[in-house]
Amino acid sequence: MSYKQFILVCGGTACESNKGIALFTALKNAVEAHGLVNDVQVVRTGCLGFCEKGPIVKILPQDTFYVEVKPEDAEAIVGEHIVKGRVVSRLLYDKNQSKTNVGIEGIDFYQKQFRIVLRNCGVIDPDKIDEYIARDGYKALEKVLFEMKPEEVTAEVLKSGVRGRGGAGFPTGKKWQFAAMQPAGQKYMVCNADEGDPGAYMDRSTLEGDPHSVLEAMAIAGYAIGANKGYVYIRAEYPLAIQRLETAIAQATEYGLLGDNILGSGFSFSIEIRLGAGAFVCGEETALLASIEGKRGMPTPRPPFPAVKGLWGRPTVINNVETLANIPVIILKGAEWFSKIGTHGSKGTKVFALTGKINNSGLIEVPMGTTLREIIFDIGGGIRGGKKFKAAQTGGPSGGIIPPQFLDVPIDYDNLAKIGSIMGSGGLIVMDEDDCIPDIAKFYLDFTVDESCGKCAPCRIGGRKLLNYLEKICKGTGTLQDIENMKDISEAMCRASLCGLGQTASNPITSSLRYFYEEYKEHIEEKKCRAKKCKNLLSYTILAAKCVGCTACARVCPVNAISGERKQPHVIDNAKCIKCGQCYDVCKFQAVTRA
Amino acid sequence: MSNAATPAKGIQSLTPELKAFIAEWKTKPGNLIMVLHRVQQTFGYIPREVAFEVADLLDTPLAKIYGVITFYNFFKLKKPGRHNIQVCMGTACYLKGGEDIIQEMQEILGVGLNTVTPDGEFSIEAVRCIGCCGLAPVLVVDGEVYGKVQTKDMQGLIQSIKAKVIKE
Repeated sequence: MSYKQFILVCGGTACESNKGIALFTALKNAVEAHGLVNDVQVVRTGCLGFCEKGPIVKILPQDTFYVEVKPEDAEAIVGEHIVKGRVVSRLLYDKNQSKTNVGIEGIDFYQKQFRIVLRNCGVIDPDKIDEYIARDGYKALEKVLFEMKPEEVTAEVLKSGVRGRGGAGFPTGKKWQFAAMQPAGQKYMVCNADEGDPGAYMDRSTLEGDPHSVLEAMAIAGYAIGANKGYVYIRAEYPLAIQRLETAIAQATEYGLLGDNILGSGFSFSIEIRLGAGAFVCGEETALLASIEGKRGMPTPRPPFPAVKGLWGRPTVINNVETLANIPVIILKGAEWFSKIGTHGSKGTKVFALTGKINNSGLIEVPMGTTLREIIFDIGGGIRGGKKFKAAQTGGPSGGIIPPQFLDVPIDYDNLAKIGSIMGSGGLIVMDEDDCIPDIAKFYLDFTVDESCGKCAPCRIGGRKLLNYLEKICKGTGTLQDIENMKDISEAMCRASLCGLGQTASNPITSSLRYFYEEYKEHIEEKKCRAKKCKNLLSYTILAAKCVGCTACARVCPVNAISGERKQPHVIDNAKCIKCGQCYDVCKFQAVTRA
Repeated sequence: MSNAATPAKGIQSLTPELKAFIAEWKTKPGNLIMVLHRVQQTFGYIPREVAFEVADLLDTPLAKIYGVITFYNFFKLKKPGRHNIQVCMGTACYLKGGEDIIQEMQEILGVGLNTVTPDGEFSIEAVRCIGCCGLAPVLVVDGEVYGKVQTKDMQGLIQSIKAKVIKE
């Protein structure tokens, strides 16, 4: 049976949460109602990336791209588009798009993107191994098993220049080499899918959209380093990804692509899933291994590195999901092809979760070396509500805050380090003029203090102290000496902490002090928050000239701080005011001001 | 502590499925976290009595089990409300007013974070990024995700959940 048309429904997290499942069912029902079950297949795919406009529906072979589709629209899509061949223009991204140009070519969001890691996301049904195989899936595994020696595989990965996508950017091939060099015996291959960065969901989307690519890569890595056992360590907060991984492992085992004697090559490799339990520090290699061993996820000093002494004391390679998703492509297309993409020191592409105050939130993949300006303004469609761009943040709680003057710096590992941030796992958060920098730094410190495992003093005590200073500053009781103290503590934490969490926890402060010192100073000296975010620094007043005495503010005030007669100007009693801002929101005459 | 033959009313104890799961995992190294996940899936939290039983069956000191439970954010020692309102505190949600949503919820329900309302119906929890940043700010109630929420809608949301309960 061959289908004539395909309706692809995005099954990414954002779309699924947004009535995506109901939409999928509605489309299936509509296809059935029109008696087209044999001609049209409805497929639930992985993330198509354009989360802002979800749920997304794509029709093949016409390549029509529908956005913000609701379950009620299913009938229109099937009845109009499929049956009568008429494009449903009201569901197009640009309602005035010409009828001949209805695919992604007409959408800025997809220009400048280049997909390696996400090659299958949004194209195949992640629950069907046959669709992965049809797109050259498991071909790379076959190639290494029958045409390459383990050391050739490692050499190829090394030559490609691919670096770890989990944060630090260590060359993947080197890691494999270290583990391969260890004496033969039990070794392990671990996939780190404990994506704990707030505001990052690349790994989740990859696993949900294309789980087999990661499994295939793990088997290839296992072959290269001489491991026959793999673990995927994944966040328990990602139930859908876990479910799709389980399905994928079962299917691959059934097909003989995992398990004993793969494809009759004599190489055996099996994969087990281990769940994380909500500890950010477990993204750190040694803590992650402790957690797989069923212990508290506390890091241990390195060396010995996991490649020498890892899981249960055996040599272990730990690679991030995105890193692994690159591997099959590198093997099939060759290191040379791969190393042509990107910049001198950073090869390939990078997936970013583009979020915050941006018009097009979503999941994007761009070649290394793309500038922030291209990402934020061309792909992201600029700042929401026409506001001014203030800063971008990469690398989550371990990363830095990037000011506008670096919009044109090509993004790669080395350039980001130079401007005081890190690549991190790929969260890219955009901030506008309404965001207060000390407040953001406080948010990140709050996170790292909460997530510090408490083993070493610099992180446990230093983090808490930093947070206390930031709280003081945001309350308006900070001093300039506090800033100096923060700098000292940051440096001590950076040098003396045991693991990456503590070493980088002060990055949001260090980088923001470097570029946004004025804002800290304003909080301290003028008791002013220019973003009007720090409540303690705000004061509300009513302009008598504009107030018509409608009493709306007085009625909404939760502490009765506003008094005044009907049709007479009202007054706020600042001693009572709790600065909740409800009067400001409710006033229709712009009579309430805040400063 | 040995297993009581018939646990008193209101005291949780391992279900046969859980016992089978533990038996299956007992020989695998590093099984503790997987077992605790299954326990929490069943009860919604890890009841004290059950932790005792797990310690017995896995031959693991109770102190080690509590060490693990309290280390990880995901494991709960207290029973959450019948409807646990999880407000995302990822960066995107924070920037778009996640904290205000929590404030509003606390005011409406009259309880603080990680506390259950006296009738046992609701509890509020601030959770780590749930990965729907495109929908920020986001909250999850009973497995359903509510995206792009605003403080003024919260009263209505609580009412609609209450109404759903009555209908059921």
